[in-house]
Amino acid sequence: MTTAPKTPRITDIGPPHYQKFLPPLVKKNYGQWKYHEILAPGVLCHVAESGDRLYTVRAATPRLMAVQTLRKFADLADKYCGGHLRFTSRNNIEFLLEDRNNIEPLKCDLAELGFPVGGTGNSLSNIVHTQGWVHCHSAATDASGIVKSVMDALYDRFTHQDLPAKLRIAMACCLNMCGAVHCSDIAILGIHTVPPKIQHATLPKVCEVPTLIASCPTGAIRPATYEGKPSVELIEEQCMFCGNCYTVCPAMPLNDPEHDGLSIWVGGKVSNARSAPKFSKLAVPFLPNHPPRWPEVVDAVVKIVDVYAKNARKYERVGEWIERVGWPRFFQLTGFEFTRYHIDDFKHAGLTYARSAQIKY
Amino acid sequence: MDDASNGKPKTELLDQLEEGPWPSFVKEIKAASQGSEKATDLLRQLERSYEERKGHWKHGGMVGVLGYGGGVIGRYSDLPEEFPQVAHFHTMRVNHPAGWFYTSDALRTICDIWERHGSGMTNMHGSTGDIILLGTTTDQLEPTFQELAQNGFDLGGSGSAVRTPNCCVGMARCEWACFDTMKLCYDVTQAYQDELHRPAFAYKFKFKFAGCPNDCVASIARADLSVIGTWKDDIQVDDAEVANYAAAGVDIQKEVCDLCPTKTMGWDGKKLSIDNRECVHCMHCINVLPKALRPGKERGAVVLIGAKAPIMQGALLSSVLIPFVPAEELLDTLKELVKRIWDFWDEYGTNRERVGELIQRVGMPAFLDGIGLEPVPEMVAAPRDNPYIFFETKNGGAK
Ligand code: SF4
Ligand code: SF4
Ligand code: SF4
Ligand code: SF4
Repeated sequence: MTTAPKTPRITDIGPPHYQKFLPPLVKKNYGQWKYHEILAPGVLCHVAESGDRLYTVRAATPRLMAVQTLRKFADLADKYCGGHLRFTSRNNIEFLLEDRNNIEPLKCDLAELGFPVGGTGNSLSNIVHTQGWVHCHSAATDASGIVKSVMDALYDRFTHQDLPAKLRIAMACCLNMCGAVHCSDIAILGIHTVPPKIQHATLPKVCEVPTLIASCPTGAIRPATYEGKPSVELIEEQCMFCGNCYTVCPAMPLNDPEHDGLSIWVGGKVSNARSAPKFSKLAVPFLPNHPPRWPEVVDAVVKIVDVYAKNARKYERVGEWIERVGWPRFFQLTGFEFTRYHIDDFKHAGLTYARSAQIKY
Repeated sequence: MDDASNGKPKTELLDQLEEGPWPSFVKEIKAASQGSEKATDLLRQLERSYEERKGHWKHGGMVGVLGYGGGVIGRYSDLPEEFPQVAHFHTMRVNHPAGWFYTSDALRTICDIWERHGSGMTNMHGSTGDIILLGTTTDQLEPTFQELAQNGFDLGGSGSAVRTPNCCVGMARCEWACFDTMKLCYDVTQAYQDELHRPAFAYKFKFKFAGCPNDCVASIARADLSVIGTWKDDIQVDDAEVANYAAAGVDIQKEVCDLCPTKTMGWDGKKLSIDNRECVHCMHCINVLPKALRPGKERGAVVLIGAKAPIMQGALLSSVLIPFVPAEELLDTLKELVKRIWDFWDEYGTNRERVGELIQRVGMPAFLDGIGLEPVPEMVAAPRDNPYIFFETKNGGAK
C-alpha cells in the first residue's frame, strides 16, 4: 500500500554528502592525521601533520533514543564543538573539540545528563544490539533490557581501561543476528527451543508453500494437506528453531514464553590484529528469559568478564586467551557446564573436533 | 495493566530499568511519550511483553513509498485494540551520512520531521548503519520521506537489495586509514541508488568499507563485499618514538615483538627491526605504538567476499577475492567486479541465497570462472586436503 504523491517528488538522491557535516578541523586535516593518544578513558587526542589537535569525547548512548535526547546532544555540540558531532559503529556518541579546555565542562554536562564517558582503549565498549520486543516480530527476548542490565553491572568496565584488551559484547534477539554477534568477544543470543506451531487455518492464505518449504535449512518442512487445503507438516527432530520459516511465513510462529531463552557465546573477533578474525563459540546453551533484569544472563556475562580480566595476558582478546589456555580450562574457570550441546553436529561439524592428542591435564 | 490515576501508564517492570548507572532506554521512551501517544502505547505494549515474556509485533506487510521497494519495514501490533497507537508502527530506514557525522542543525531537522510524523523514537543507528526512525503509520510514510528528501536525506535499503553501504571514520579522524573509506562509501552508495531502492536480487547485498585491518565496521563478518584497507610496502618506523615508548615503560619485546603473529620483529633494547616480507599487516604493533609506527605508503585494500550471519546455511566470514587493489583504483575495480558478481548471482543464485552461500554451494573455483578471476594462493588458508578433484572432462581429462 502506498500513498499518492501531490507535489513533484524527490527520489534517489542518496545520503547527504558527508563533507557538509565535517567539523572545520577535520576537513582541514582530512587524511593528514599523524597519531593519536588516549588522554583518559573516553577522551582521545588526534594530532595532525599540521600540528593541529582534535579532541574526542566519547559517551555511551542507549541506541534507542527519543528526539528530545538527540536535541540535547545537538545543544552540547553547539555549546562545545561548533555544532558538530558524530556517532560510532557501537552506538556511542562523539563530540569533536578543538579546545582542550572544553573537555572537562563537556564531561560534566554529559555526567549530569547521565551519559557515561568511556569505551576507549582496553575497555568494554557499548553493546551492539538489536530491536527485541521493542520492534521485531521474531524476537525470542528483548535486547534493550538485557543490554541495560548487563551494562549496569559492567559500568566500570566501560569507564575504566583496565582490561587485558578491548572487549566487545553484542546482543541479538534471534538467530537472524542483526549485528555482528557471531564474531564478538561475548555474544548474547536470544533463542527459541521449540518448533513453530503451524497455523493450518491461515497458512494457505498468507504463505506460499514452496517458498516456505525451501526456507528451512534442514529440510524439516514437508508439504501436506490439512482439511483439504494445502499446508505443511514438520519433522520436529530436524528443527533447530532458527525461525527462518517464520520470516517467510507468518503462519509459523515460534515465540514461546516458557521455552524461549538466551545463549552465551565467546571468543569471536573481527579485527585482524595478532590472530585472524574468528567466530564466537558456545559457552552457555540456555538461560531462562527473566525480564526485567535477566539475572542469570547478567551473572554469566559478568563471570566471563571477571575470569577473563583475571587470567588473560595483556592484549589478549577473549578468544586468544581461551585458545592459549584451552577450552577445558575455560569451562573449569567459569564453572559453566560442558554439555552435548557444545559439540557441533551441523554441517562440517568435524572441523571443531579435537583432532590431535595434544591435551592439557 | 490498568493505567494509573495520574494518566501515565503503569509500567512496573520497565520502571525497574530506569534505575542503575547505564543510560536507560525506558527513560527515552517515556521522554518521547511526552509528545507522542505512539510512544506511550509503545511503552504500554512493551510492558505487556515484559509481563508475558513474549513479543507482540506481527510480521511486516508490504508498505513503502511510491517507486521504492524498500526503506520501510512494515510493523503491526498483534494487540491493536489494546494499543491502538501502535496498531501500525512502521520503521523507516534513512541512509546515514558516511562516518555518521552530523551538524546539530541536521540532527534537529531529522528530529523535527520525525516528531511531526512519527513516534519520536529513533535508533542511532541500526545494525547496518542507517538512521532508524521507529514507528509511524502508512499515511505518514510519503510525507516523511518527502520532507527528508527536501532536507537532503534519502531512504536506506531493505529486502533483497543493496543494503545501505557503511564505512569506518577513516581519513576523517584516523591516521591508519589506507584508503578514503567515507568517499568510497559515498560514491558506491550513489552509484547503486537504483539497486538500493528497488530490490531485484536473490537476497540482500552489503558493502562495508574499513580503512585498515582493525576493521571497525565488522566488514569481514557482515558484508557480502568487504573492503579492508592495507599497505604493501614497509611499515614506517620512527626510531626516536619507539625509544620514547620503551622509556615510558612499554615492554617492546613482550608487548610488541612477541605478539607479532609472524614473529617478524626484533628489538635489541635500542632499535626495532622489522622484516617486512613476513609481515601479514595485522596492525598489532601499530596499534600498540601509534606514535612510532604507521602503515606503509603504498596503500590500498584487500577485497573479500561472502560474509553473513547464520540464516540460512550457517554464518560465514568473508574470504579473500583480490589480495590488493591500489587505493586510487578501488572504485573502478569494485564497479567492474560487482557487475560480474551480480550477473553470476542473478543467474545461479536461488531465492534468499546470499553470495557467500552461493559460493559454498557451487564452489569457489566455479565462482571464479564465472566472474573471470584467476585463482591465487592468497585466496586460501591452505590448498585442498582431499583428492576429490573435479578435473575438467571436456578435453578428455587433465594433461
Ligand atoms: S536479531 Fe532477530 S529478533 Fe532481533 S531484531 Fe534482528 S531479526 Fe529481529
Ligand atoms: S525453525 Fe528453522 S529448522 Fe525449524 S522448521 Fe523453521 S526453518 Fe526449519
Ligand atoms: S578500521 Fe582502521 S582506519 Fe578505520 S577507523 Fe578503525 S582503525 Fe581507523
Ligand atoms: S603489522 Fe602485525 S604482522 Fe606486521 S609486523 Fe606488525 S605485528 Fe607483525
